[in-house]
Amino acid sequence: MTEDIIAALKENVIQGRMTQDDEGIDESLTGPGVLELTQAALDNNIPADEIITNGITAGMEIVGERFNAKEYFIPDMLASAEAVSAAMDILKPHLEASNIETKGTFAIVTVRGDIHDIGKNIVAILLKGSGYEVTDLGIDVPTEKIVEYVRENNPDYLGLSALLTTTMLAMGDIIEALKAAGLRNKVKVLVGGAAVSGEYAREIGADAYCVDGFDAVRVLNTFQETKS
Amino acid sequence: MPREGILIDNPYERMTGEQIERVHRASMEILVDPGLTCFNQKAADIFAAAGADVTSVESDDHPTWLIKIPEKLVLDALESVPKTVKLGARNPANALVMHGEEPRVYFISGSETNIWLDVDFQTYTRKSDPGIEIQVPEFIPRRGTVADLCKSAHVCEHLETLDGYIRTVNIQDKDITEDNKDVNKFFASLNNTTKHVMAGLTSLNQLDNVVNMAKLIAGGEEQLKENPIISFITCLVKSPLQFVNDTTETFIEICKRGLPIVVSSSPQAGSTAPIKEAGIIAQINAEVLAGITLGQLVNRGTPVIYGSVPVRARMDTLADSYGAVETSQYNIDCVQMARFYKIPNYSTSGVCDSKTPGQQTSIERLFSDILVTLSGPQFLHCAYGLLDCNSVFSLLQAVLDDAHFQMIKFFLRKPRIDEVEITDTLKQIRAVVQTPQKLYIKYIRKVMRTGELSPSYPFEGDGETDNVFALAYEKMNELLTKPVEHIDQATTSRIFNEIPGLLPRLNRKSERIPRSLLRGTSMYMKKGNIND
Ligand code: B12
Repeated sequence: MTEDIIAALKENVIQGRMTQDDEGIDESLTGPGVLELTQAALDNNIPADEIITNGITAGMEIVGERFNAKEYFIPDMLASAEAVSAAMDILKPHLEASNIETKGTFAIVTVRGDIHDIGKNIVAILLKGSGYEVTDLGIDVPTEKIVEYVRENNPDYLGLSALLTTTMLAMGDIIEALKAAGLRNKVKVLVGGAAVSGEYAREIGADAYCVDGFDAVRVLNTFQETKS
Repeated sequence: MPREGILIDNPYERMTGEQIERVHRASMEILVDPGLTCFNQKAADIFAAAGADVTSVESDDHPTWLIKIPEKLVLDALESVPKTVKLGARNPANALVMHGEEPRVYFISGSETNIWLDVDFQTYTRKSDPGIEIQVPEFIPRRGTVADLCKSAHVCEHLETLDGYIRTVNIQDKDITEDNKDVNKFFASLNNTTKHVMAGLTSLNQLDNVVNMAKLIAGGEEQLKENPIISFITCLVKSPLQFVNDTTETFIEICKRGLPIVVSSSPQAGSTAPIKEAGIIAQINAEVLAGITLGQLVNRGTPVIYGSVPVRARMDTLADSYGAVETSQYNIDCVQMARFYKIPNYSTSGVCDSKTPGQQTSIERLFSDILVTLSGPQFLHCAYGLLDCNSVFSLLQAVLDDAHFQMIKFFLRKPRIDEVEITDTLKQIRAVVQTPQKLYIKYIRKVMRTGELSPSYPFEGDGETDNVFALAYEKMNELLTKPVEHIDQATTSRIFNEIPGLLPRLNRKSERIPRSLLRGTSMYMKKGNIND
C-alpha cells in the first residue's frame, strides 16, 4: 500500500498532474493526482521526509533528466514544479512538526516601475518546486515596501527582477536601502531579467546574477553548500 | 505625395469571413466576461462615465478595478476612429498615408533593443591551402548608445525600402537618465532621418518636451497636426486583459494631444494567451479594441493604429519565439481583423530567434517577411536588423534586410499582361522562330535598361566564398558616408534653447567631444553567475 502510493505519487509528479482533474502527458493516467496522493500518504502515516524523498524528489529528478534530454520542455517542467509546490504546502506543517528544515525562504519581486512578470513567475514556480518557500511580492513594487518586507519577514533570499534598463537601476537602490536599514547582511540578493547582466550585478553589489530559473536553483544550491 | 509603399493586389487571407466574424463575437464576449482588470484610475473613471460596468476590486497593493465594456461602446469607438491615419515626416515626400481598407504596406524598423551588435572581420587561412584566405565576421555585443541611434537613423535614411523609423536601439549612455531619455532619443532620430519617427515614451513628464520639439521642427502646432512627424507606441494592455497603470496614463495623455498612437498588445501564446490560434486571436483582438475604445473616449477621432504583436512561446524557455511559424499566422490573422474594422494595422515580421546574422536569421526573416507582407498590413514592423527576439540590433543586418525587401517589392509588382504586351510578344515569337539560333536574347537588352529585370543579389561574392557579410558591411559604410539632411541650424538652436535635457554633444554646432566619451559601457554577453 505504502509503496503503491509513493510510486503513484512519483509517476504523477513526472506527469505534472496536480489534481485528479488534471491531464498528464499520458492520457491513460487518471485517478488521484499529486495533491490527493500526498494527502493519502499522510493519512497512511507515511513520514513526510519519505514522501518527499521517494515520491516527490525522485519524480522531479526524472523530470530534470527528461528536460535535459529535450524530451520535456518548460511547460512540462512547470506543471511538475507547480504540482510539487502544492504538495509542499500540505506537507509544510508536518515538516515543521518533525523538525525537518525547508531549503529556505525566498521573496521574489519585480521592481518599481516594471510590470514584466513572466520570467519572475517562472523562477518562483521552479524554486517552489525545488523545495524553497517562495513569497511573490508582485510587480511594480516600491523599494520601501521591499525593505519593509525584509525587515518584517527576514527571508533568506531576495530575488529582484527587472526587464527595462531604466527600472534595473532600482535594484541598486534596493541594495543601498537594505544597507541603510542594516539588513544587507541578513539576506542574499539575487538579480535577473533581460536588462541585467553579471557585470551590472557586480557593480551594485548583488550576491548573484541568474540567467534563468535553473541557474537560480544552481546558485542557491551553492549557497546552501557553503552554509553547511 | 506620400511614400508609395507597396500595394498588395490580392492580400493573402488565412481566415474566412465566417471565422473573422466568430473572432469578433468572441472578443465582444471577452470584453464583457471576464472584462479587463484595470490598474489605472483615470481609465476606470472614463469607462464608468461612458456607461461601462466598472467595479472596484479589493487589493492590498495597487488600486484595481474590473471593467466590463459593453459592445455598444466598442461599436461607437469603431465608428469614430479614423479610417485613414497619416504619419508625417520631416521631408513631406516621406509621409505615410494608411487607409484601413487598403492593403498598402509600409516597411518600418524597430524596436529599442538593449544590445547593439558591432562587427569586425577576421582573416582566416585555409589549412590545406595557405594561399586561400577568407574573411569571417566576429559579432561583438555591447549596450546601445545615442551615437549608435544616430548612426542607425542615418543608415535607415538611405535604405531604399525602409519607409519609416522606429528607434532601433535603447540609449544607455552614462549621462542618459529617465528624465532626458525621451528628448534625446527623439532628437537623435529626427535629426538623422527625414522619414517618419515612432517611439515609445519612457517618462510621461517628457511628453510635452517631445511634442514641443516636434512642433519646432514641423513649424508650429497646426503644421504638426497636418504633418505629424512623430508618433508613439504604447503597450497599455498587458496580457491577459489588464490595463497597466503607467502606460495607460501615457496613452491617455498622448490621445489628448491628438498625435497618432499605436495601441499595441503583445500576448504570448502559451503563457499570457491560449496556445491555440482561436484563443490568442480572440484575446488580442479584445485587448486592442479595449485600448482603441479608451482612446476614442478620451478624444473622439484621435488617430490610432491597431497594434498587434502576437507571438508564440518558445518551449525551452517560454521566451517569445518570433521564428515560430505560428507567429506569422497570428500576425496575419490580426491584419485581417484590423481590415475588418477598417483600421490601419501595425504587425510584425522579420524579428528572428537567432542571435547573430547568418543562415538561421535569413531563413526566419524571409519566411515571415514574405508571408506577413502578402497579407497587407499598412504598417509592417519588419524590424530591419533585429535579432534574438527583440534583444539585439545589428546595422549590418538592417542593410541585408533592405536587399530582402527589394526582392519582395519587386516580386509584388503588378503583372503586365495587356493588349500591347501580347501583341508585342506575338511579334517577337513569330520573328524568333524564323531565325537559325531561335534565341530571344536580343530582346533582353531593352528590358535590361528599363528596370524591368530584377537585379542580381547585391552581396553575391566571387567564386566559392560567401562574401555576403563583407559586402554588406562595405555598403553600410558607404551609406554612412552619404550625407543626410539634418534639422536646419536655426531650428536646432531653438530646440537646444527651449527643450531641456538635450545632450550638448548632439548639437552639431557644439564642440566635438572625444570619441571615447561617446562610447557606452561595453558588455560582452557572457551570461553566468557573477560568482564565477
Ligand atoms: C513580453 C514582453 C512584454 C509584455 C510583458 C508581459 C508580462 N506579463 O510580463 C508587455 C507587452 C506587457 C510588455 C510591456 C512593455 N515592454 Co516589454 N518585453 C517583453 C519581451 C518581449 C519578453 C519578456 C519576457 O517575458 N521574456 C520571457 C521570460 C521567460 O524571460 P525573462 O523575463 O528574461 O526571465 C528569465 C530570466 O531573465 C531570469 N529572470 C528574470 N527575472 C529574474 C529574477 C530573479 C531573481 C532570477 C533569479 C532570475 C530572473 O529567469 C527568467 C526565466 O528563465 C521583452 C524582450 C526580451 N527579449 O526580453 C520586451 C522588453 C523587455 N520590453 C520592452 C519595453 C520597452 C516595454 C514597454 C516600456 C513598452 C511600451 N512602450 O509600452 C512596456 C513596459 C511597461 C513597464 N512599465 O514595465 C523593451 C525594454 C527595452 C528597455 N528600455 O530596456 C524590451 C527589451 C523589448 C524591446 N526590445 O523593445 N513587454
